[in-house]
Amino acid sequence: MTWARRLFAGVLIAASVALTACSASPGADGRNSGASTTLRVVGPFEVHSLDPSTGDGFFTRLQVAETLVDADGQGAVQPGLATSWKVSADQREWTFTLRPGAVFHDGTNVTPEAVVASLEIARGKPATPLADAPIEAVTATDGRVRVQLSKPYAPLPAVLAHTSAQVLAPASYGKDKTVQAVIGTGPYKVERVKQPAEIDVVAFDRWAGTAPAIQRVSYQAVGRAETRALMAESGQADVTFGLDPVSRQRVERADGVEIRSVTLPRTILLKVNAGHDKLGDVRVRRAISAALDRKAMATALLRDEEMAATQLFPPSLEQWHQKSVAPLGHDVEGARELLRQAGWVPGPDGVVTKDGKRFEVSLRTFPDRPELPVLATAIQEALKQVGIGVKVKVGNSSEIPAGHQDGTLELALFARNFALVPDPLATLIGDYDPRGADWGAMDWNNAELTSTLNDLAGGVDTATATAARTKVAAILHSELPLIPVAWYRQSAVVSDRVDGFTLDPLERSWLIDKLRWSA
Amino acid sequence: MADRQAAVVGVTTIPPLLDAEETVEATRVERGAVRRGAARPILRVLAQRALQAVSVTLLVSTACFLIVQNLPGDLAYRIAAGRYGYDRVTAASADAVRADLGLDAPVWQQLAGWWADLVRLDFGTSLVTGAPVLHELYVPVTSSLHLAGTALALALAVGVPVGVVAARRPNGLLDRVTTVWVAGSRALPPFLLGLLLILVFSVHFGWLPAVGHGTASNVVLPAVTLAVGLSGLFARVTRDTVAQIRTSDFVAFAESKGLGERAVLLRHVLRNAGVTLAAYVGVQALVLIEGVVVVESLFAWPGLGHALVHAIFWRDVPVVQAAAVALALLVVAVNTVVDVAGLGLDPRPRRRSVPS
Repeated sequence: MTWARRLFAGVLIAASVALTACSASPGADGRNSGASTTLRVVGPFEVHSLDPSTGDGFFTRLQVAETLVDADGQGAVQPGLATSWKVSADQREWTFTLRPGAVFHDGTNVTPEAVVASLEIARGKPATPLADAPIEAVTATDGRVRVQLSKPYAPLPAVLAHTSAQVLAPASYGKDKTVQAVIGTGPYKVERVKQPAEIDVVAFDRWAGTAPAIQRVSYQAVGRAETRALMAESGQADVTFGLDPVSRQRVERADGVEIRSVTLPRTILLKVNAGHDKLGDVRVRRAISAALDRKAMATALLRDEEMAATQLFPPSLEQWHQKSVAPLGHDVEGARELLRQAGWVPGPDGVVTKDGKRFEVSLRTFPDRPELPVLATAIQEALKQVGIGVKVKVGNSSEIPAGHQDGTLELALFARNFALVPDPLATLIGDYDPRGADWGAMDWNNAELTSTLNDLAGGVDTATATAARTKVAAILHSELPLIPVAWYRQSAVVSDRVDGFTLDPLERSWLIDKLRWSA
Repeated sequence: MADRQAAVVGVTTIPPLLDAEETVEATRVERGAVRRGAARPILRVLAQRALQAVSVTLLVSTACFLIVQNLPGDLAYRIAAGRYGYDRVTAASADAVRADLGLDAPVWQQLAGWWADLVRLDFGTSLVTGAPVLHELYVPVTSSLHLAGTALALALAVGVPVGVVAARRPNGLLDRVTTVWVAGSRALPPFLLGLLLILVFSVHFGWLPAVGHGTASNVVLPAVTLAVGLSGLFARVTRDTVAQIRTSDFVAFAESKGLGERAVLLRHVLRNAGVTLAAYVGVQALVLIEGVVVVESLFAWPGLGHALVHAIFWRDVPVVQAAAVALALLVVAVNTVVDVAGLGLDPRPRRRSVPS
């Protein structure tokens, strides 16, 4: 009679003992564990490749690898692995002097030859700023690194600060020049990479600069925003990136953590096919812009009213943001009037028509940034109010460049980072190339804009540069080849365990070497 | 889920395995004979399954190749988006990918190349990361097996004893509690349950890490999330099977000839129930290995489902093919284990094939 009860009780006890044993084991991640000498960083990005030209620049953010040139939070270039550089009188030859005594994490010395080898490999990768720059040759001469250009290119130091231009030891590369291990020169060295979710780094004892206070850092990729928020709240992460607006509001109320935010040089844009029979008219583009209630979208969807874009360049891009420009506003009547001027009159079902053609277009976007699909549906509704029918297609991000190339793209919504390299000029030259750009203008060009950007690239004095930037911003503001929708704010949750945390607006580095454990 | 349960419960009309007139001594003799005769049928099962593994590998990988080729969107652009990040993919990078991977070659040539590689057991390299596919899939396969194994063990440890006890008194208190438990645990989506478990055990008490992989404590929360729903199913299936067997004539006979309750349960009831349970556990093991993407993503568990979803998203054909082949082979492997377990538990097929 009692065997069944005994069996049942026995199994229950065994299961609970097993569970307790597991939970009582000193989990390195537990809140109260003593393993607190490791800084735990959590973010949404997964580690898919060690190659500097791909991925999210993990190894520059974790300060494992350095680039020749560094940049501060405002985008001003600073010495990196190169302590100084100079440009020849004809602006076509740059010479970089390396930091004396610099060593790679494998103990070998940093030589100009090793730097050249790294840069040559980086230059051969497609879709990197280095590959797009007018570089003719990179050579090692007289203990320095020399870069020869085919034409003057002022943003070169900024391009060399891009994460794809990181300098790795010769031993990092395999026979086929693929990156087998990340052996850099930074204050931290890689201890373990466990793709796709974990990177562990430790302080490098031969780092010549100020020794970092935090000895060990562990990065963990966590795909779901809900999980990340819970980890931040429960103290299982010291620094947490990538919070969705709803979680951010909840975490704000939690104890023991603090939220830091910084405006990024990134703008959510509506790309417009200016060669399109309906969208080519600038009045139509202005009507689309006026139909958008940016403030409502920012408040309701981004939970941050200040992120409503009033112009292309966000305030954090101090050199490019124009204080005096008339802000892009919400004006439904004005939008209808502009459409009327362009010949579009409301049809029986509210959709405007011209010559018997209905104004119906498609809008492509992608879900990798979770706010994009919801913003797309808000734009769909706003444009419906002025009689423009929009079909939203949420797919893979690559359908935007593909649609650009085959000409089928009509509208596209995405976020553009102007500081892919610290100087936005490099990005703007590409995005507003007269031939169009995958993530920039489409079938639109403006001779004045092109020549102004080229003047800036050739190198001009400060006053001329300021005037040129104002001119560029004004042309883009009135012609609207890309319609600004919202700016971007990056938030991170920081635990009370650490002091000295700052967010880099350029997202180049997590600045962990500046952190220290709080007393 | 309900259909599958009904189907399995329907199978539980099992005739008695052991002859009703046997005595305790006779059973012992019989077992010895059975063990000697079991080797050849097991070998035959293994041979059949090995053949099946080869054909499944060929079929699945070919089907994968054709499906990926016919998915909407340009393959080169998708791969470039995977390689360079979603907002850095451009026409130039897509062209580079196309040239690099020879995507312009006719489809039949690419397929023939894949078959040739397969014969040499060369699964190739990932189109996105450039790492060997076997290296890319090592962590996902082992993590999935680890999670599925732990969840199954937990679910069995809880579900089977509860089912056995519930079957002793059909419609008794424990039986009704079990029914509520089954309905409740099945109605609770794993995603919600996982979040609740994190909230309670990780955020509130701070006993267990919410995510991570590598230390023993990491597996607890995801495994419990999966085991809760499964344990209810196992309890239900065990209860129905055991209750049915208990009403059969051979159990009544065993009881009336004076065998104790424990002996009847261990020798007659559990062994009969084991055949049904083994088949059912096999099905659930496969569901666990293949279908837990939501739980994997919630707990950042680097499993096979997660790897497969990413690979499909990026059109990483070799990884998709190898992952699908790995899943297909796991199906074959689990079925083989179930077959062998069935042969061990149920002597009749052995007798039929090897008359003594």
